[in-house]
Amino acid sequence: MPAQPFQQDPSVPPSCVVEVTGVPEKVASTEPVQSVRTPIRMEYTYTPGRALSDYLVAMKDKKIIAERCPETGQVFVPPRGVSPVAGVVTAGKVELPATGYVESFNITRVPIATRPDLEPPYCSAWILLDGASISFMGLVINCEPESVKLGTRVRAVWKPDDELEMAATNILGWEPTGEPDVEIPDIERIGQKGDLE
Amino acid sequence: MADEVLQAPLVLEYPFTRTTGPVVGAFLTGLREGVVLGVRRSDGTVMCPPLEYDPTTSEPIGEMVEVGQTGTVVSWSWGGPPRDQQPFDRDVAWALITLDGADSPMLHAVFVDGPSDMATGMRVQVQWADERVGHIADIAGFVPTGENA
Repeated sequence: MPAQPFQQDPSVPPSCVVEVTGVPEKVASTEPVQSVRTPIRMEYTYTPGRALSDYLVAMKDKKIIAERCPETGQVFVPPRGVSPVAGVVTAGKVELPATGYVESFNITRVPIATRPDLEPPYCSAWILLDGASISFMGLVINCEPESVKLGTRVRAVWKPDDELEMAATNILGWEPTGEPDVEIPDIERIGQKGDLE
Repeated sequence: MADEVLQAPLVLEYPFTRTTGPVVGAFLTGLREGVVLGVRRSDGTVMCPPLEYDPTTSEPIGEMVEVGQTGTVVSWSWGGPPRDQQPFDRDVAWALITLDGADSPMLHAVFVDGPSDMATGMRVQVQWADERVGHIADIAGFVPTGENA
């Protein structure tokens, strides 16, 4: 016999806690299980591909390599090899200066168990490099997190030369340059910055 | 152009802890105590593993029912050698097993030597883990009972 749909009085809120009955005494008399650990872990071998490999190799020399969309002129960093706007292969390399401004930021005050190196409060930000059309994420360091504003000018802080690797972690963070803030007149979007050089 | 193909290990990890609620909590508590519990649905059938809500009617359900520790394989697939994060040190079969007294199957491992030892309808029984903590892995797996279906 098919189960009958549950008819519930719509004026009565659904019960939040199920009433549990019928648990054998042997089980009911012990400390109940209230939580269970269900960690998920995925191990990959990551191959960055042509464009991002060039970016990572250049990182070893403290260079930031972007690529330009041949159709719109927009500059993407880190380069992914294709223009997400035009859907075509990017090829023209652009070396960007390690300066830019904070386009968006967040101050984190809660520690992350797996990142003991990040001591709250810290400021993570989307940073628009001078000449780029898209921002990328970094930490704003060497300042009070509360002093960071939209438009704060920053420059990269690199690892010591003898610790440089082919890795984005060569940039320890971004520190304020002390220059006047960039005025952000409106919410800027991809497509409005293609002519920045 | 880069001269070499770069590669690096990448690990994504989410250290979840889930609260179990009263019904799944009772199921897991039962496993720790060596008892397998199902839950009775509104139509009288028994679901094991249990849910807090009837999947057909959405009605809250909480009448726990102890089910057997032997059951019948209703479907299976040969899993072969365990992957790194699976809690096995040997080849296993994955099977849907309807325990005696239950009307719906649970997914678990069956320990046999090879796929030729597996069959739909075969009878299996719980093999408990040496240490039980209130987790589905308290059932280490299932082994054939040797009886016919």
